[in-house]
Amino acid sequence: MTNIIELRDVSKAYGGVQANTDVSIDVPVGKITGLIGPNGSGKTTLFNSIVGYHPIDSGSIKFEGKEISKLRVPQIARLGMLRTFQQTRIYSKMNCLDNMQISVSHREETAGSMFAPRDRGEIVERAERLLEFVGLYAKRRLVSGDLSFGQQKLLEFAMALMNQPKVLLLDEPTAGINPTLINGLIDRLKLANQELGVTLFVIEHNMRVIMNLAEQISCLAHGQLLATGTPDEIQNDQRVVDAYLGAH
Amino acid sequence: MTGVSMTGGRTDWLIYAGLIGFGLLGPVLFPAYTNQIAVMWLMILMASTWDVMGGQTGYNSLGNIAFFGIGMYASAVVQIALFYDVGEYTAAFGAIKVDFTDAQYFGGLALGLGAAGIVAAVVSVLVGLCVFGLRGPYFAIGTLGVAVAMAELIAGWDYVGGGGGISMPVFPGEAGASSLAFYAMFFVLAISAHLLLRWLYSTQFGLALNAIRDDEDKAEAMGLHTLRYKLIGWAIAAFFMGIAGAVFGNMIGFIEPLEVAFPTTTFGIFMVAMALLGGKGTLWGPVLGAILFHVVKELTWTYLLGWQWVALGALIIVNIVYFQQGILGWAADTWPAAFGLKVDDGGNGDASTAKTREAAE
Repeated sequence: MTNIIELRDVSKAYGGVQANTDVSIDVPVGKITGLIGPNGSGKTTLFNSIVGYHPIDSGSIKFEGKEISKLRVPQIARLGMLRTFQQTRIYSKMNCLDNMQISVSHREETAGSMFAPRDRGEIVERAERLLEFVGLYAKRRLVSGDLSFGQQKLLEFAMALMNQPKVLLLDEPTAGINPTLINGLIDRLKLANQELGVTLFVIEHNMRVIMNLAEQISCLAHGQLLATGTPDEIQNDQRVVDAYLGAH
Repeated sequence: MTGVSMTGGRTDWLIYAGLIGFGLLGPVLFPAYTNQIAVMWLMILMASTWDVMGGQTGYNSLGNIAFFGIGMYASAVVQIALFYDVGEYTAAFGAIKVDFTDAQYFGGLALGLGAAGIVAAVVSVLVGLCVFGLRGPYFAIGTLGVAVAMAELIAGWDYVGGGGGISMPVFPGEAGASSLAFYAMFFVLAISAHLLLRWLYSTQFGLALNAIRDDEDKAEAMGLHTLRYKLIGWAIAAFFMGIAGAVFGNMIGFIEPLEVAFPTTTFGIFMVAMALLGGKGTLWGPVLGAILFHVVKELTWTYLLGWQWVALGALIIVNIVYFQQGILGWAADTWPAAFGLKVDDGGNGDASTAKTREAAE
């Protein structure tokens, strides 16, 4: 199997507003796939549909060949597909280490894992390694809500990795992060993809970031799929330039 | 803020030694106050178990008192039904004096307490399946409705005596012995519940409750079985509340639905106020709040009689409007480092790795 996510003719309307119309996208396993498009073009709606936040009106969403469009959010998460939020969401009154420890996978939950002691063993070691990976190790005992916005985004990313997902859907990972941190973040996304084998599906407005990161990009406009191709093909596609990139 | 310990293990054990010492010596040194101290342990139990959902999970229940009443009635029915027909017993409104032998009384009491805990926990799961779809103030009002409805249902059920209540089997032996026995039960219950919660909050389960409190949608997006955690958390609270209700019913000797079994406006509110006063979402806050609240309550009843409800109401209002974080919450905000909330580069002063980390950032 080469495609881990397969969208076929996915449509979703909010009342009279058609947010997605017949969108078909394939996300190849082990790769980084990008999703771009103007504001309001239906990118976040599509992410919400994939992870089960709202039922789609028609079409099919397959994860590892299995239809998931009728499953609920936590069920899909337990299959190994996670998303991060455009507005960062962390457990703001808990410290960073606790945020990480509770983010372990809940795929196979037993009484033993529910009542496992915390702050010791394999879980906390992995949590500390990942916090070090995103540069938050020294702040692991601080209340996460007191971190800067950029640091909270890094923590949310680390929490997602802690869950050991197969696919990670990232909604604007670099929005609100200062330019010097962005390069570090790109490197970490690539590392997560290459070394941890996590397939990434990324919404991004920063063209430098997405062109650098993704191997395949899809562009949405007015809820419809405009084009899909390599970064070069997308940059030179007249429809994409007209709708989104604009002439240089 | 996990609130597992205040400043470290040693302080905790000193507090335990003090509490247990007071628990053992209290009724010996102040025999006239045995019942008051017993109620203090009950208050600690109520506040601590309320905090499982209210503080740690962010589900402010106003209906936990329902489990207190359910346990009380479950125990009464078991204690009587073992040796007599419950309908006949209650229909006589205490006119039937059943002489329980010592073995019958204590056997019935033991079974009754066990049944109280189990029935309350089972009811909490059934109610939880209905009300855990509600959040925030809707959950609070929904659970309050459950408690009020339970009282009305019991009041209308003749089998258990309806609004007329039930005279409980009489404790054998002298009066002093019974109050010491019930004192001991509340003491053991409060301490064992506290130790169980201490352990619970030190596990992944405790983190899951906190995660639900901070952002339940995020917790679901991370794959947590949120409903499962909420049901188990509430069932633990209900189990202890059920047993506490059973002990309380036997201590009072006569139970009826509105004032004794389902006191929504007294104990039902007190347990919330106590947890808020001490600092909700912490292990020790409810304990501290319960002790302070109980002392203030007893003092106002003694020195401000006639105005005692006004004074207590004023305390609750000031607490909720100006001091929501409670005593321990305020302490954690003021001295975060003492609660373990600090920058820490590894503790062994390894400057080189700290520098690499900075560089990596």
